[in-house]
Parts: sequence; C-alpha cells; structure tokens
Amino acid sequence: MRYDVAVIGGGVIGCAIARELSRYRLRAVVIERECEVGLGTSKANSGIIHAGHHGAEGTLKGELEWRGNQMWDALAHDLHFGFKRVGDLTCAFDEEQRATLRRILEQGQRRGVPGLELWGPERLRREEPNLSHEIVEALYGPTAGVVNPYEACFMLAESAVLNGVDLLLERAVRGIRRGEHGFDIDVEVTGTGAQEHVRSRFVVNAAGLFADDIAAMVGAGGFTIRARKGEEYLLDKRLIGFVKRIVFPCPTPTSKGILIIPTYDGTLMVGPTAVWAEKDDLTTTAAGSAEAFAGARKLAPGISEADTIAEFAGLRAVSDAEEFVLGPSRVAGFVLAAGMQSPALTAAPAVATAVLEALRDDGLELVAKDDFEARVPEPVRFAELSYAEQRSLVARDPAYARLVCRCEIVTEGEVRDAIDRGARTLDGLKFRTRVGMGRCQGGFCTWNCMELLHRRLGMPLTAVTKRGGDSWIACERLPVHGQAPAAERVSAGGSAEATP
Amino acid sequence: MIAAKPAQLQPRYDVVVVGAGPAGLAAALGARETGAERVLVIDREPEPGGILQQCIHPGFGLHHFGEELTGPEYAQRTIEQALEHDVDVLSGAYVLDVSPDRRLKVTSRDHGLAYLDAGAVVLAMGARERTRGAIRIPGERPSGVMTAGFAQKLVNLGGLLPGKRVAILGSGDIGLIMARRLVLEGVEVLGVFEIMPHANGLNRNIVQCLHDYDIPLHLSTTVVHIHGRERVDRVTVAPVDAAFKPRMAEAWDVPCDTLLVSIGLIPDNELAHRLGLRLDPVTTGPVVTSTMETSRDGVFACGNVVHIHDLVDYVSQESLLAGRGAGAFATGAAARPDNVRLTPGLNVRYCVPPTITTEREHTVYMRVTKPMAPCTLRLGDVYERPLRYVFPGEMLTLKVRPRFLEGFHGGSLRVDVVPRGEATPI
Repeated sequence: MRYDVAVIGGGVIGCAIARELSRYRLRAVVIERECEVGLGTSKANSGIIHAGHHGAEGTLKGELEWRGNQMWDALAHDLHFGFKRVGDLTCAFDEEQRATLRRILEQGQRRGVPGLELWGPERLRREEPNLSHEIVEALYGPTAGVVNPYEACFMLAESAVLNGVDLLLERAVRGIRRGEHGFDIDVEVTGTGAQEHVRSRFVVNAAGLFADDIAAMVGAGGFTIRARKGEEYLLDKRLIGFVKRIVFPCPTPTSKGILIIPTYDGTLMVGPTAVWAEKDDLTTTAAGSAEAFAGARKLAPGISEADTIAEFAGLRAVSDAEEFVLGPSRVAGFVLAAGMQSPALTAAPAVATAVLEALRDDGLELVAKDDFEARVPEPVRFAELSYAEQRSLVARDPAYARLVCRCEIVTEGEVRDAIDRGARTLDGLKFRTRVGMGRCQGGFCTWNCMELLHRRLGMPLTAVTKRGGDSWIACERLPVHGQAPAAERVSAGGSAEATP
Repeated sequence: MIAAKPAQLQPRYDVVVVGAGPAGLAAALGARETGAERVLVIDREPEPGGILQQCIHPGFGLHHFGEELTGPEYAQRTIEQALEHDVDVLSGAYVLDVSPDRRLKVTSRDHGLAYLDAGAVVLAMGARERTRGAIRIPGERPSGVMTAGFAQKLVNLGGLLPGKRVAILGSGDIGLIMARRLVLEGVEVLGVFEIMPHANGLNRNIVQCLHDYDIPLHLSTTVVHIHGRERVDRVTVAPVDAAFKPRMAEAWDVPCDTLLVSIGLIPDNELAHRLGLRLDPVTTGPVVTSTMETSRDGVFACGNVVHIHDLVDYVSQESLLAGRGAGAFATGAAARPDNVRLTPGLNVRYCVPPTITTEREHTVYMRVTKPMAPCTLRLGDVYERPLRYVFPGEMLTLKVRPRFLEGFHGGSLRVDVVPRGEATPI
C-alpha cells in the first residue's frame, strides 16, 4: 500500500496528527504496535490539560502548552470525549514559594493566560476546605482542565478513520529505508510475526518511548529518549468533591511534584512520582505509593491509602534536553514528534498543527477536503442522561436497560456500541465506557463483557484478552477423570454444571 | 429453576427488596409472613439466588434447613419458598436510585425504566470482594490477577479455568473453596499466602480444602510483587514481621499464571450512601436497630450489606427478621424502640444489632479481633458463657433472652470476650 503520510505511533500525538491529516486530500496511515490506540503513555497519565502558565518562556513545551490548551474545547465538542475546565491551584507553603508563584503568575500574564489569581488562606479555605491549612497562598488558574486521555485517543483515531485514514494495529515497525520516492517501512504483525511493507512519501515519527529507535532506523537519530516513570493512585468515588480543582505543590526546577487530580469522572487521583526506569517498567512500588500519598497528604491531610481502588504506572518519553523534539529531521520527509513528556497531552493539538506545517515545508501539498466531517457520532452515556432521555432510549433499544457495570452504571447497549466502534479487549471496553473502572474493579462486569465480546464478534471466551497478546483471561477447562474436553460439554451460554 | 417473573410491574408495593440472594429472598418471605401483600424482589442477575448459584460445593443449610445442601440447592429452596408465598421476583433488573421517601428508580430489560413506590424497602445487595487495588500490591498489571469469586464464576458458571498454575493471596473462605475446586479440575494450586498469623476462613475450610489436598498455607506471608507483562508469570512472596512489614531477605518467587485474591468482602452499599444512611465505621454497613431498620424510616437492611457473615444460614435468619420488620412497617404496625445499647468491649469488633429491647429475645452477631481459647463471653454483669475458642473467621452468636435483662435498668451493656478465668478489666 502506498501512502502520502505514515504516522508511526497511535498515541495521543499520533492520533491528533492523523486526525489533522484527515482534513486534507491525501492518503495517510497510522501504524501502531498495540491492539488498540492509546494504550501506552497516553493511557497512563494524569489526564491534565495544563492551564498555560506553568511552562517556561522560550521553550516549545511552554508555548505549545498554552496554544494546545485553547484547542481542547473545540475538539471535545466535535469528538465527545470527557473534558472539563476545573481550574488548578498551585500552592505555596512559605515566602520563597510565594515568590515562585508570583514569577509563574507574571509568566502566564505575559503569555495571555486569562483569569490567573492569587488566593490567600481565607479564599482558599472557602473554596477548598480540605486543603492543608499550612498553605499560605495559592495561584488559581481557571483554564486548567481534565480530560479522559484514552477517550481522546479513541475519538481522534475514530474521527481520522471516518475521514479516510487507515489504522494498522498490532504492527511493529522493524525497519525504514529512504528510497527515491519516499520511505519503505518494514512492519511485523505482532503475534504472528508475518512481515508486511508500507510505502509512504512522508513519515511522522510519533513513536513515544521508542522514537529514538525509529529515527535511528532511517538515519534521522541523534537524540535519545529515556523513560521516566510515574505512579498514580486512584481513590474511591466516595471522595468525589473532596477537592474540586487540580492541586499542585509549588514547582521545583525539575518537577511539578505530586498532585491531587479530580479526574473527569470525579474520582480523585494522586501522583505522579518521577523516577528513571527501563522502557518496559510499568511496575508500581511500595516506595512510589509512599511518596505519592505523602505528597498528597501534604496538600490535603485527609487523603488516605485506604481509599485506593486502583493504581498504575506510566512512562514519560523524555529527550536529552527535556524538551519536545518537534519538526523536520536531518532526513527530508521524515518529521519528528518526539520527547513528548508533560505537557504533551495538553500540547497534542498544537503539536499536530506544527507537524503539518513541517510536512508542508518538506513538500507535502495540503489541499483541504470539502467533505471533512469534524464530528463523530455521540456515544450514548446512559448515566449522564435525564430520566426522560433514559426512558425514551430504553424504549427504543432495551439493550440500554440492562446494566453491565454497576459501579459506573454502564449498560449493555453502551458496551455493544463500543465493540461496534472498535473495542476488541477488556481494556478497550473499559477505557471507552468506564466498565470495570469503579470500586469493584471488574469483579461483577468482566464476565458480562466477555460474553458480549463473544456474542457480538463470535470471539471464543478463551480468546478474550485484557489488552491483546498473551493477556488472556480464561483457558479451557482441563479434561478431568477421562471426560471430554470442556468445549464439548459446555454450551455457548456457559450453563452451570454440577461437578461435585 | 423456578423463577416466575411478574407479568406487569405495579407502581406501588408494600415492600420492595433489593437483591434476590439468600438475604433478599428471606426478607421477602418475612415480609409476607407479617401480612404485607405485594412484595417485590429486584435482582440484577438473570436468575435469582445470588452468589449461592456459583457456590456448587456443599456445606450450606445445616443450621437453617437442618441438612447439608449445595449453594444452588439452598438457593432453590429459598426461591421456592418465596414463590410459594406469592413474592414477585424481577430478575435482570437494577435499582439505580432510592429516594428517602422510598421511591425506587429501576431499570430492567423486560420492563424498561420505571419508578416504583414502596411502603418499606429492604436493602439486601450483599457484598463485593476486595481487589488487588485496595491493598496496592506492587508490580506489573498483567491479566491473571482476579478475585477468588470471579474465578469461581468462571469455573462453575462459565465452564472455563482461570489458569493452570495458581497462587492464592489471602485465606478468605472463597479462596479456600477455590483452592480445592481448582485442584479437582486438574489445576496446580501452589499455595495460599496469608499476611495474618492466623487463617481468615472457617476452620472446616482450612481442613477440607487445604489439608485434605496437601495445599500449603503460608501464614504471616504475603505477595510483595506481581510479575508478568501480559499475563502473570510469577509472584514474589515474603514472610512479614509483627508489624506486617515484609522481610525481603527471605522472599521467594512462585512461578504461576494466576493470582487469586481472597482478601475479604466489603458490604455493597451504593444505595445506602445514596440514601444517606448512618453507617457503622467498623462493619461499613448501615447501623440497624433490633428489627434491622436503618437510620431512615421504613428502610431496612440485612445480610452482607450490614456485616459480613460466615454462614448463609445466619443470613437467612437475620433477613427473615428484617423482612418482618419491613412488613410490619408497611402495614402500619409500630416497632417498640430499642432501650439497651450493646457496646463492643474486649476482643469484640462489633455487635449486630447494636441495640436491643428488654422485651424480646434477640440474636446478636459478633466478630472477635483475635483468636482466643478457652475464653468467656460476658454481657455486662448480667450473663456469661464459657466458650471453647473464638476465631476472627467465625461469627459469634449470642441469644439474649428477656430473663437475662430482668432487673436491668441501665442503658448500655458491654460485651467482652476474655480468657477463661480472668476478670473483666474495667
């Protein structure tokens, strides 16, 4: 297959680029090694759209944070993923930190970030009564928001596909050669090991943690990407409203510190830690947990480990200069979007714009399509509807009347829709519908989801995975006492058997 | 399986019970006995019976039915009793909300979305299992880490296996039962790892499910790391010191493809939270009176939503009481207010109900904090009983008879479990 642009990497950066490319008359493809988009760094991050005043002046990270911030309302409107501007607070505990707040405030004001305010203890007590009484001042930034980052990925990808972009999943790039008319990309189908080839005039390297390896394949390297791990801890819904805004400690030169994040769905999250790690190290640790909770408790003393319902770790893709590696490379036609650490999620839409400019500078013609469809169909979210809307929905389609996940109130209809929109795994369902994300962590709904994948796609129950590859959930019952294997004895519906 | 569904939902019931497990079905029966006419039980599963339907092992019913039954047999008897008493059962349905004036928002595949009014409501939603996330086991997040109850559903209802080499964290009863169940299916069960110095499950399960099958039980030992990128490939376990801190120098790896987690149950109280019920910080269930009424008038609760039971038989007995209370409330019979408070004292975690009356006989359920043998159970200075042993995994039952309290005029009685022969320290 010949393309005009191949985007390597289906994280939020790659998906945002693909969606931007889909506005134009060209053939584009996204190559992603996982079984669904957004399952790497994009899934495991804080989900913050930064307010715009944090990033230092004169850096790409700083400038694109604010430019990207302003683009999220339109995206969320068209693509229906969860996004809301909850505002943030950066907290000072002493005079030195107050001086830092003033410096950040002025930086934001020069950049044009609106609504920044310094709050004294009284205002802070009134707005956020659960924050530490030792905070002497806080900088409030109303433009900060929270997003469901995986939802944003799925929707950006869906929009791109709807507008003609090809999505190659479970494809790992093994080699890239520069030819006379573009690039030859060797691709391995993960799982089977089969080899494929993709040809493309231009390549965008949005390969996250592995962007250095990908660039080196074609001689466009010269930078390294290291992984800095962050652990996050999700707390029970009971704490909804405990804090209403994203809460930061005063930043140090190297870190934004441990935050308290009211996620889009209202669940509190504490983290992230920051330690150098191997590129496949997604472990959570006792030390990380201790650090996250100690940091969070400094900001809000009422936060407790006992409320944890889940934890995860993500890896930041950090370049040598701790800066985005963005734009043309030393190989014509090979464009970089690498080193995408925080605030890369915030900056993603602006990064996409910058990548398209770089592609145009390298000779890609960008002719706008007249039939570009900016919007994707709005997914049904039963729990968010009014009673009247729920009633008419249920009358139209009884699948929305059957509850699959009780913690997050997700119906069978919503899970079915997610499958029809591309979910193939339990994680794919979870990150599209929230099924299994609540306090019981899938104890009730996992079986329902397995059955729905089985019924809708004809997938055997034993082929259902958590997130592709070898992440199976169940295997066949072993033959016991000379009986026939389970598959022959158990009906598809999974009826109960009274084995003593 | 007999499970008649109501052809038509009524807009108003005398009593609506949420949950058709053993608690809900017994409550419905209790409500009918007191004269409540229209009684509806709502359940989210396709069939009533609750979690008993996946408990295909025997050991149920010795106290309540006087014979040993399997879980599904126990469930079926309960279902039949309810149906014989003209209780309506609505399966495949879910109560999304209950308002303080007892209006329930219900969704079901068969009847769509509707509001129902109830003269009295009984909450009988049972419990959910604590998960890996709740105890923050460090490590990777592969598939293959699951609660013992989910594994039980896979095997007994789905006809599938959760894995071929299994380690079990926690010695809760479901984990013990699953250890045996999986061995019977040809699965290698490598061991049960319990952080406490004593097992959490019933003694009979330790003997019948572990000892009889030579499955090692490692006390004062826990899982300190989970390994595996896509599927579990091993877990690291380590003994813990008296402060439960792992002694990492003595850690070892257990190669396995599955880790079952059996670390306790939590009352499933979404609706209790929505109703703003007063909750007990120890049980995490609603605070109830001696008729199992919660802090809201006409809202009753029973079974594992109130406190975690060891035997289903006690769930049935407690729930009959709740149902009778709900039926009486719905038909306008006022209950006498409780006049004696039971305060948990030495080695007693909680008492349910926490208050009783001096007029009737009450069954009070308790849990102890630590094992003790032999010992004495004391109810203030009005009653005492010698006990051979107490054990955190087994509930303690005390029948408080009116004659114990003859001449007692105080407002509260402390309940203590003390070593035999020792006086109760004040």
